[in-house]
Amino acid sequence: MLAPLSWLKDYVDIDVTPKELEEKLFSCGFEVEELIQVGKDISNVVVGLVEECEPIPDTHLSLCRVNAGEHGTFQICCGADNVCAGKKFPLALIGATVYATAKDHVTIEGVMEIKQGKLRGYDSFGMLCSGTELGLNEDLYPGAGYNGLLVLPEDAPVGADVKPILGMDDWIFDIAITANRPDCQSIYGIAREVAAVLGKELKPLDLSYTQTKKTKDGFTVTVDATDLCPRYIAHYVHDVEIKESPAWMRRRLALVGCSGISNVVDITNYIMKELGQPMHAFDYNYLEGNAIHVRRANNGEKITTLDEKEFELTDANLVICDGVKPVALAGIMGGLNSEILDTTTEVMFESAKFARDNIRKSSRALGQSSDASAMYSKGVYEYTTELAMRRALHLIEELGCGKVSSTHVEVSTGNSIEPKEMKVSVARVNGVLGIKVPDEDIVRILSNLNMNPVINGDELTLQIPAYREDMDSYPDVAEEVIRMYGYEHVVPTFMPTAQVTMGGLNLRQKSELKIKKALCGAGAYEGIHYSFFSPSDLDLLRFPQEAEERNAIKLMNPINVDLSLMRTTLAPQMIAAMARNQKRNVLTGRIFELGNIFIPKSLPLTEYPQEKPTISMGVFGEEESFFTLKGLVETVADALDVTFTYEAAQRTFLHPYQTAEVLCDGEVIGYLGKVSYEVANELDMRVASYVAELDLTKLSKYYGKSQKFEPLPRFAEEKRDFAFVMDKDITCAQVENGIKEACDYVTSVQLFDVYEGVQLGIGKKSMAFSVVFTPQEEEFTSEAVDGFVDSILNNLSKTYGISLRM
Amino acid sequence: MAELNELSEKIAAIKQEVQRELEKLSNSKGVYEYKKNILDGKNGLIGSLMKEMGKIPNEHKAEYGKKVNELKQWAQNHFEELDARFKEEELRRRYESEKIDVTMPAEKRQQGNLHPVTQVRNQLTDIFASMGFDIYEGTEIETDYYNFTALNTPQDHPARDMQDTFYLSPEFLLRTQTSAGQIHVMEEQKPPIKVVSPGKVFRSDDDATHSPMFTQMEGLVVDKGITLCDLKGMLDEFVQKIFGKGTTTRLRPSYFPFTEPSVEVDVSCFQCKGKGCKLCKGTGWIEVLGAGVVNNKVLEGCGIDTKEYSGFAFGIGIERVAMLKYGINNIKQLFESDLRVLKQIDD
Repeated sequence: MLAPLSWLKDYVDIDVTPKELEEKLFSCGFEVEELIQVGKDISNVVVGLVEECEPIPDTHLSLCRVNAGEHGTFQICCGADNVCAGKKFPLALIGATVYATAKDHVTIEGVMEIKQGKLRGYDSFGMLCSGTELGLNEDLYPGAGYNGLLVLPEDAPVGADVKPILGMDDWIFDIAITANRPDCQSIYGIAREVAAVLGKELKPLDLSYTQTKKTKDGFTVTVDATDLCPRYIAHYVHDVEIKESPAWMRRRLALVGCSGISNVVDITNYIMKELGQPMHAFDYNYLEGNAIHVRRANNGEKITTLDEKEFELTDANLVICDGVKPVALAGIMGGLNSEILDTTTEVMFESAKFARDNIRKSSRALGQSSDASAMYSKGVYEYTTELAMRRALHLIEELGCGKVSSTHVEVSTGNSIEPKEMKVSVARVNGVLGIKVPDEDIVRILSNLNMNPVINGDELTLQIPAYREDMDSYPDVAEEVIRMYGYEHVVPTFMPTAQVTMGGLNLRQKSELKIKKALCGAGAYEGIHYSFFSPSDLDLLRFPQEAEERNAIKLMNPINVDLSLMRTTLAPQMIAAMARNQKRNVLTGRIFELGNIFIPKSLPLTEYPQEKPTISMGVFGEEESFFTLKGLVETVADALDVTFTYEAAQRTFLHPYQTAEVLCDGEVIGYLGKVSYEVANELDMRVASYVAELDLTKLSKYYGKSQKFEPLPRFAEEKRDFAFVMDKDITCAQVENGIKEACDYVTSVQLFDVYEGVQLGIGKKSMAFSVVFTPQEEEFTSEAVDGFVDSILNNLSKTYGISLRM
Repeated sequence: MAELNELSEKIAAIKQEVQRELEKLSNSKGVYEYKKNILDGKNGLIGSLMKEMGKIPNEHKAEYGKKVNELKQWAQNHFEELDARFKEEELRRRYESEKIDVTMPAEKRQQGNLHPVTQVRNQLTDIFASMGFDIYEGTEIETDYYNFTALNTPQDHPARDMQDTFYLSPEFLLRTQTSAGQIHVMEEQKPPIKVVSPGKVFRSDDDATHSPMFTQMEGLVVDKGITLCDLKGMLDEFVQKIFGKGTTTRLRPSYFPFTEPSVEVDVSCFQCKGKGCKLCKGTGWIEVLGAGVVNNKVLEGCGIDTKEYSGFAFGIGIERVAMLKYGINNIKQLFESDLRVLKQIDD
């Protein structure tokens, strides 16, 4: 919110510097986002009286002698058409800074320093300035919009700094207002806080005006939707003369970002900025039926707002109607049909409280907003409704733009706007803070906040002003006290009254961390991806229409379609991450992610969906293969002390012959495989890439599996190596199983060589294994081991037709 | 006597022979072979002398044996001396032959590391675990009730505008704050409660400095007599651990619907020690977290008696801490799994 220092000074005698005030506001909860010094780029510009002015022949220039008082008298060349002797203009002395303008003399192109110059052979010792060159416009200073020199008042002292004369010695505070303090979204609201923090008096608003005898007989206000409009005040003003509002008002509005329109409209804007109460003015001549009717819109009803946009309404929208038709979209914008025009002679002023939620929703639903709707959405209190109307009527009279009639109609649900009494315990207030704030400080602070505190023993009685709806129990009082007393009084303590608790990670958290660290140890880097992905990710991975992965939860209001589904698999983002690295010339790497996938139990959601912790792994590069990724998968098994088995499988996005399902205790817990050429090509992947995904929900039952010590073997183990010849299709796992099931003493089977060659025969291969036999009760005899070998060979031969390689 | 005289001559001849032979040797292996030959009990020049013992009369046997042993000892000494010399030389040559260029690149197994956000998150949870906090992870998908209403942010509350929420249905949404976890914890357990709740949160913000997903950690303490001073005490402890010794905090008023009073917490700039620098935009302070005394309405909504118990809560943005600590300038880079980024941070 923008608050000019000069405006605040209307209501508080501010005797600190703008910087000090900024710090005070900051310490009591109002962060000044920007402290703007008006005219900060302008320096050394003084009042210059043109004493002589002669045209320079054959040019558009004039040669002037300009008196700048104590600074001296200077020869200045000037090209402006309105330069003339006897008038006063802003004179930028040599070394001054002003705005540089483009050829159009209107567009500001930066700041320039004035140097001694020569035009058409004539020396010029400075520059006479236009309003634009000083950063002014017509609203900020009358005449500043003229495309020529800015004429200064006749009584401006020659040689004086122009800034105070032009209202350029001001400061603007851009203040962030927290959502609990909508009462501060106005100059007067901020002034109230400034007065409290400086311990100064808040000066009252001038609300005086004289009512004429004139009335608008029979005029009625009816409010149907009292839940959406708890208070509505209308006042009739006659003999209205629409003209420009005075310079002081236009300047103030300009400083807070409003441009001047006409006196009546400017008054409504002025009130909104000063008091935080949006107002509206209807041209009474266009109101039919001598009535105002506040109601929900009929479905399909239409209105055209001031900005000439037409809206079709529903009964969720609130409208202000005359006796016949809608004339305003309540709290958002007036209707075009009753707008104030130059011809307006009678005005019906509106000051009302509308429910903030309704205004916010209507504004969003219709896509129509205004300063007023923004203010209503944050909250406007009923307290200001009456105040604002009186202040507006005062200004009508002050500006002489109309006469205040006696027709004043107020409809309200009867909410009190008087202060509310509140009693709290001083001990509890201090108890929230943990320090003892002296009673006299509590009283001083709360008095400054207009709460009329009285302390009687432990009982603190307050009169809470109606604009402080946020105050409702002792913690609120504690906050008021401490923000004014100062947070530096809060001393650090370490929960002396609290019980000792044990903390730490739970088993799942520990296990997940263990898995992550194991993967890091295996050379993988952890990545984190968004929890949402794109429907096109599902297409990229070629999931069929009926695939579970497509049953994803949709965001109702995604940022864009690429972030519109809650992910049901981690694979697309992992594959995309690998592709992205390759695009950026990182051609080898290992990445993993541990994150949730989201499986709805019903769509649309009626209960919490399942959030399943899942781990994805991706490896890519020349030195990576299916088996290096498998090694990474095994790292997870090792971290959990479980054994995974693998079965050849298929996935729509993986290589048909380099894909496996991962099983643990016979249950499928995931897959791994090489990214298919179709997917890789679509993503311009440059090197072989592999992806795996494991369901940690299924693995969680192994978390914290108790580790048991196996006694070392008492007898020497026997190791035998075999080279087998077999059909190509027989898998390593089949041979391993064939060996294990043939002999109970086998404790390890390790493949160490695979060979294919013509001498083995077509369709054959050789696989060599090391097999370890571990004795349990007694040392093996060599006959015993020979017996094991025989049964292994028999079993392999019988089951798979495998023979020893000769 | 003749035998002994003969022996003396023999010994003198053997000594000459041995010295001659030893000069011909060039390595320790040769010494070993020669030694083996000469001491051999059957045919060895020295070894065979003992065989002669039988022929020696008894009275001279002792003398004979002594001389032979002296010879043996003499030879042994020579062998050892020469062997030592050869071994030393051989070792020197072996070392020389194994000379390497120590400036060549190291061979090491590339370790990966945890994501910077996980690293910071772990640092935070470690600190709080050591202070007796449990770690509670809520769900990413929440109901409007837990994310807003129970946190004193009813439907028409203007604070809802502070956060742009992703809705999944009128009831379900992506949590905008880990504070949602507070309510679950307070519903599930009774005070004393000390819990931190780290996790992903979502807001409909997507520009240069905002990511639609980021990570927060909420902290909550509910017990008897908990005050704003306790919050300050705990935060002071915590910021020193995370940002380094000597880091201090500054509280200033703010607003969150679920705390009252609410504070914004700034830490003294750990880069310039509060003097003012680019990182702290010249103010000496960096805004890092929001906190406050838990609003009574929130406690009461969870069935906690506010006459007996009070609490404080705080929320910290983990990416923000990571970015401050490591000087990362773009939040979105954290979610792209660019290995050039991920490889840099290993704290």
